[in-house]
Amino acid sequence: MIQPASPDLISVNIDGKEIAVPKGTNVIEAAHRVGTDVPHYCYHPKLSVVGNCRMCLVETGMPALDPATKAPIMDPVTGKQRINWSPRPAIGCATSVMPGLHVRTTTPMVKDCREGVMEFLLINHPLDCPICDQAGECKLQEQAAGYGRGYSRFIEQKNVKPKRTQLGPRVTLDDERCILCSRCIRFCKEVAKDDVLGFIDRGSYSTLTCFPGRKLENNYSLNTVDICPVGALTSTDFRFKMRVWFLKQTNSIDTESSVGANTVVWSREGTVYRVTPRQNDAVNDTWMSDSGRALFKEIRSEGRLDTVRVNGAQSPIEFAAGTAAGLLAKGGVAVVGSGRSSVEEQYLTGRLAKALGAGAWLVSRAGQGDGLLISADGNPNVRGALVTGLVSALPSARLDELAARIDSGSVRTVVSIGEDLLAAGLSQAQLAKVAVVYLGTHTNPTASAAKVVIPTLTVFEKSGTFVNQQFRIQKFAKAVPGVAGAADDLAALAALLSAVGAPSVAPDLASVWASIARDVPSLATMAYDNIPDTGLLLDSTPWSGLPFAEGASLHFKPAPKEAPARG
Amino acid sequence: MAAPEQFRLIFRHIDEPGYSNDLACYVRNGGYEVLKKAVLRKPEELIDEVKKSGLRGRGGAGFSCGFKWTLVDRKSGKPIYLVVNADESEPGTFKDRYIVHRDPHQLIEGIMITCFANKVERAYIYIRGEFPEGARILEKAIAEARAANFAGPNILGTGYGCEIYVHRGAGAYICGEETGLIESLEGKRPYPRIKPPYFPAVLGLYQCPTIVNNVETLCHVKHIVERGGDAYSKIGTPNNTGTRIFCVSGHVQRPGYYEFEVGKLTMGQLLNDVCGGPLAGRKFKAVIPGGSSAKVLKFGERYKGKRKVGAEMVDYDWGVEDIPMDFDSMAMIGSMGGSGGVIVMDDSVNMVEALANINAFYSHESCGQCTPCREGSLWMKKITSRMVHGDARAEDGALLKSVADQIAGRTICAFGEACAWPTQSFVTKFGDEFKAYPQAKKQPRPDGVPDLI
Repeated sequence: MIQPASPDLISVNIDGKEIAVPKGTNVIEAAHRVGTDVPHYCYHPKLSVVGNCRMCLVETGMPALDPATKAPIMDPVTGKQRINWSPRPAIGCATSVMPGLHVRTTTPMVKDCREGVMEFLLINHPLDCPICDQAGECKLQEQAAGYGRGYSRFIEQKNVKPKRTQLGPRVTLDDERCILCSRCIRFCKEVAKDDVLGFIDRGSYSTLTCFPGRKLENNYSLNTVDICPVGALTSTDFRFKMRVWFLKQTNSIDTESSVGANTVVWSREGTVYRVTPRQNDAVNDTWMSDSGRALFKEIRSEGRLDTVRVNGAQSPIEFAAGTAAGLLAKGGVAVVGSGRSSVEEQYLTGRLAKALGAGAWLVSRAGQGDGLLISADGNPNVRGALVTGLVSALPSARLDELAARIDSGSVRTVVSIGEDLLAAGLSQAQLAKVAVVYLGTHTNPTASAAKVVIPTLTVFEKSGTFVNQQFRIQKFAKAVPGVAGAADDLAALAALLSAVGAPSVAPDLASVWASIARDVPSLATMAYDNIPDTGLLLDSTPWSGLPFAEGASLHFKPAPKEAPARG
Repeated sequence: MAAPEQFRLIFRHIDEPGYSNDLACYVRNGGYEVLKKAVLRKPEELIDEVKKSGLRGRGGAGFSCGFKWTLVDRKSGKPIYLVVNADESEPGTFKDRYIVHRDPHQLIEGIMITCFANKVERAYIYIRGEFPEGARILEKAIAEARAANFAGPNILGTGYGCEIYVHRGAGAYICGEETGLIESLEGKRPYPRIKPPYFPAVLGLYQCPTIVNNVETLCHVKHIVERGGDAYSKIGTPNNTGTRIFCVSGHVQRPGYYEFEVGKLTMGQLLNDVCGGPLAGRKFKAVIPGGSSAKVLKFGERYKGKRKVGAEMVDYDWGVEDIPMDFDSMAMIGSMGGSGGVIVMDDSVNMVEALANINAFYSHESCGQCTPCREGSLWMKKITSRMVHGDARAEDGALLKSVADQIAGRTICAFGEACAWPTQSFVTKFGDEFKAYPQAKKQPRPDGVPDLI
């Protein structure tokens, strides 16, 4: 036996392969590390273990010891210590590793167990894969192909259960497909802390349902759809829309708050169909909010800007940039950047402000966090603006200082990066006193009043990075092409920079990052391509004194407030 | 050889004319004297008596009671609970009901001694939902015992207190499984827990160490403490001590409950001498020895092997009639003593139809938590009811056996075995009858055999 390298590691043997794993690891996870698949349904690494599906049955054994002397009993044939194999199979999910544990996953007994469980799971399953949304990402389908017998001996009537129960506003349940693994029940209870699901009736007639008078309507309800190993729980929005194997997957980030949940955007031919969470154990585990999944609807929503306009008239972007440059050249400029812009955009916005000698502000989106995956800061990237030096203080909800400068006449032109200045506390009169250059995705009163409007892209249509509440820089990638008529944010900002005669930069990520690496010391060693999919933690000490809005949430604890000095 | 006399220990007063289930009658007959003496002894001594007695659990598994008590985690600092399993639901078993109905104070005395011995301050009697009368009787008996200071705070002036609560089930067989029972008692669906880690002795009721004992087992505790563990262990046979109540039902002249020393009586003596043999003109065909989940025994079968008598191994060659009615012999021949429910079937019974009945029960009672039992039990029921009421196929027997083989040993609790063993044993032992059933169905039903409904 290989001695474990560290005292906290335990050596186990899986199908003849020795591996040292941390104490408390179960057999499924240990087997995964040696590349052995132990099929399972009910087990989920982020939920409690119930052991009800019985798919992960494996053979276990311990090295034989002489009962009297406790000396190892050797096998004369192999020369190794004999293994006492248990006559009963054990479930991998609830079997924790112990020193010397031996596991076999390929024996006839294990094969027979898996074939038996697969057959049982399928006898009352409707086998309606051709019309099932889960097809293509269905554990039942995959494991039936991988571990089932491939034929059925069942000639009786299948059980009949409700086919389309609306568990809540976003989740539809097909009870006949349900294999009663209870993942969804455990998720609601343990993660969402909204215990609304349960089984009624018993035996094979057991049926998943909501408690009387309750609905599955918490903001995390769609996670039950993600973890459902079969097609029982489906997203009411995505149901019957598209086959998953046609969809392209693009890594992205949830922009609804500074948590920065990692996501996957599923798209086809320029259309986004759904957004699902992507596992990041340091940020969002395998979860995300329902509200974050609906954000892709903004791509095609009412009010999307798709025309470059100068004084209300459609115009080419070069002309718009020139007009803007004319306004900016007069001086008295203020820049209202955005906590929703990417790090790259904030960097270029900062360069623009610097070139113009203009003051720069952000608008805060402080609100209520839910303690889980939505923080109290509705801006996904305030920390990016701090890191790139666009601003040095936390934003406030109202632009009172800017308002005062407008009133005094010292600010006569405002560049707004998607922010509505009225919503940020300016009055109609103040807005009317300034010329606005607006870069944004959607219309609002500021855009309507702007002299120059350059439509830009949503997070789904471009690539970039955000810095979340942990000061973790995370990247997102372009899932779909931008709407016709919209300009890439970096290109628009670069055009403005060159129009005002400042040193510009080629509007591609690599070039912008080359500049960032040169100008921003804390990002000096980075490039977009080098940032791992799960992000990189930045040094947050320069900003540790700032009173950030976030409270505790999953995997995040705010820095302790400075203790008052003893006096 | 004639059958020995009944040895009525637990059922001593059952059927006794004039014996009622109130406290006065119990005390008149020497009741609570054992408790009075027990509370003056050290708890550890009482546990030792039970260990010495060799008492094995009477609920079905026959697990050593004293050993179960030693497994209890006494160092955790958490309270220890006693849960009395009165969820007597195994078809063919009706012993606990008589104890509860006719002699509830015997149970309460056993509970109080057990609680005192294990430093338990709260005991729950989980009684099956179908026993409303039993629950009322227990409530009344507990109130009487409390009023007389045999239960409740400061028992008999010792400073030790223990409350007993009655909890009624809602009609589910699975609540007889100890961890399912605990879940139910906690107010949840009675899904049995996975073991490890949820052994009741460590993580039982409310995640505290818990002792779960059957009603009859706890009554034995009283008699063990009364007689002393060593004296009690002389009743019965080695490793199968004490007495056993047999609940005989089915095709015998005198069905009913009979209490004998464990192992001193054979199946043949029980059925022929005690119960008066088969009904007129019939012959015994099969018997289920320990509640409907035990494997069936076929008359005419021979059971051969070696067994330990004293220190020696001796050959045995038994027919069904020769099998001693004890835990070890029943296990040796491939069945189990179980709950003591002896179900007798004579030659009027078609085994396919009998199995259809058993399968209907188990498919209805499967809790539905884990896959093999949930799906397998209903599938077996669908097969047997199709055989009986629809188209039977010659290959159905083999299919049934194969389905049952996919259940046993692969489930969270012992229900998997309970629902698989009848099918496995019926098909193995009466396979010809399953093969011939398609033809047998077409024949007119034998005289005296009820129509199928």
